[in-house]
Amino acid sequence: MSALLTGRVHRFGDEVNTDVILPGRYLALRKPEELGKHCLEGLDPDFIHRVRPGDILAVGRNFGCGSSREHAVIALKAAGVAGIVAVSAARIFFRNAVNLGLPVLLCAEAAASLREGEEASIDLDAMAIAQGGRDWTAAPLGAEVRAILAAGGLVPRVRQALGAAA
Amino acid sequence: MSGRSITEKILAAHAVEGRAVPGSIVTVRPDVVLLNDVSGPLAFEQFDAMGAERPFDPARIVLVADHFAPAPDVTAAGAIAMTRDFARRHGIAHFYEPGRGGIEHTLLAELGMVGHGSIVFGADSHTCTAGAFNALGIGFGSTDLAGALALGKLWMRVPDSIRVELHGAPGAYVTGKDVILELIRRIGSDGAADAALEFGGPGIAALGMDERMAVANMAVEAGADCCVFEGDAQSLADMQRRGMAPVEAVMPDADAAYRAVIRIDLCALAPMVARPPSPASGVAVGTLRGQRVDQVYVGNCSNGTMTDLRQVAAILRGRQVAPGVRMVVVPATQKIWRQAMAEGLLEVISAAGAAISTPTCGACFGGHMGILAAGETAIATTNRNYRGRMGHPDSQVFLSNAWVAAAAAVAGEICPPDEVMAMEVAA
Repeated sequence: MSALLTGRVHRFGDEVNTDVILPGRYLALRKPEELGKHCLEGLDPDFIHRVRPGDILAVGRNFGCGSSREHAVIALKAAGVAGIVAVSAARIFFRNAVNLGLPVLLCAEAAASLREGEEASIDLDAMAIAQGGRDWTAAPLGAEVRAILAAGGLVPRVRQALGAAA
Repeated sequence: MSGRSITEKILAAHAVEGRAVPGSIVTVRPDVVLLNDVSGPLAFEQFDAMGAERPFDPARIVLVADHFAPAPDVTAAGAIAMTRDFARRHGIAHFYEPGRGGIEHTLLAELGMVGHGSIVFGADSHTCTAGAFNALGIGFGSTDLAGALALGKLWMRVPDSIRVELHGAPGAYVTGKDVILELIRRIGSDGAADAALEFGGPGIAALGMDERMAVANMAVEAGADCCVFEGDAQSLADMQRRGMAPVEAVMPDADAAYRAVIRIDLCALAPMVARPPSPASGVAVGTLRGQRVDQVYVGNCSNGTMTDLRQVAAILRGRQVAPGVRMVVVPATQKIWRQAMAEGLLEVISAAGAAISTPTCGACFGGHMGILAAGETAIATTNRNYRGRMGHPDSQVFLSNAWVAAAAAVAGEICPPDEVMAMEVAA
């Protein structure tokens, strides 16, 4: 994951749950390219036609609440979403995103202020979000979360742990 | 220094790194790791990608084909085959599929694998159901549980605790479902974020184990990390009935520190219905009187127990599902299905014009076995009524207990259960 992300902003509201991010009927799928086609279909079937690789979501409270389905994170990544700026995110979704290397930055002000359709940038090292000359700083990440992101996700991190134990 | 909550004590007893105080990071060894046919296959792929050769302890892993089971199509059949294959490859005896299993959370309890002080890590958000048994059930995604399969442990942040004090006894047709719908209505869908909900007080004695499961199951709908009931004579007897060694219950210290203490008077509760599209939008059943329904669904990991099926049969005995309404009843496990048959409940329910399904998560998550068309309305004893949850994005779901759902089936619309029970019964 590169430390600097730049993409256009797509805004969504509060309580965007994982059922609308990736509806249950697609849960037997596993391939990213298959899941990506249905990203946010339950809320906005047109999203998949608007989103471009590298884009950023600005969302409200409790993003990713509900089901633990990791398919939701896989779908977002496969659709091209590179980062999420949220007021708050549900615990399991946040962990899933970290584990798969999709950054979720918690910053209520930025989430409320980022403008739809305009380019924004995220500097992960500084936890800084910027758009059109304005900038915000997101809440710092915990040490464990930083370690997982630094390793490139949980798979390489566990791989390291298993290697160290061997 | 203040005392400790139930959650802090159970986490402390399972922590291999870190101190179990709210806000701290601990590494925890679970007693059981639980995966299903939707979360499992992704986890198995990640397990292999991690370079893991064998899981930490096959005897403590439970794999359940329950979501797309029995498989509705070739893709789902492939996912179940992957789950079966992982079990075979690693000598995991606890693999269950239709005919021998059921819905994972209800099944796990039946198997006697969760009791006082246990910790379950499950790749399913409703793993919190284990809280009914004075245990912690914590939901995770597939990659986290791949890590748990490989290492036998996971990191987590120790939640704050929120104490929910139950007082009094519920009136007729008021159940555990109504307790949790009322709580979520009060605190909202993220009111318990970063917290454990701890239920105690004299009122818990009025809730049987099935009803405690209904309460604990929806803790995640309040955003809780997990949920736990105090143990008592009922939970102890339940452990023994399921063949578990009787272990003392984990109780909170009198001076435990809570983020909040919430009091619920059970005698003041009415049967509740949560309106779409949020489990937090509960109102008393009478408020929605006359709301037409196309489908009634009784089942899922919150309310597919013997307690629920007995309630459904009590309403349907001598009555019929209303014309134009279809009713689907899904006993949560094979054992429950068979017991309901032995008690004659399935006869009553089917004679009333309801379809009885094999145990499955089925339509609850919009998978199969009762999907809604555009414009349709359901009332369901399930736990989520998000937009499109049970089918088309333009369908809607109301959530209720089994009394209210069965009453709606007879009336063809939402109606207080006592009014349906007052209706004449065919001889």
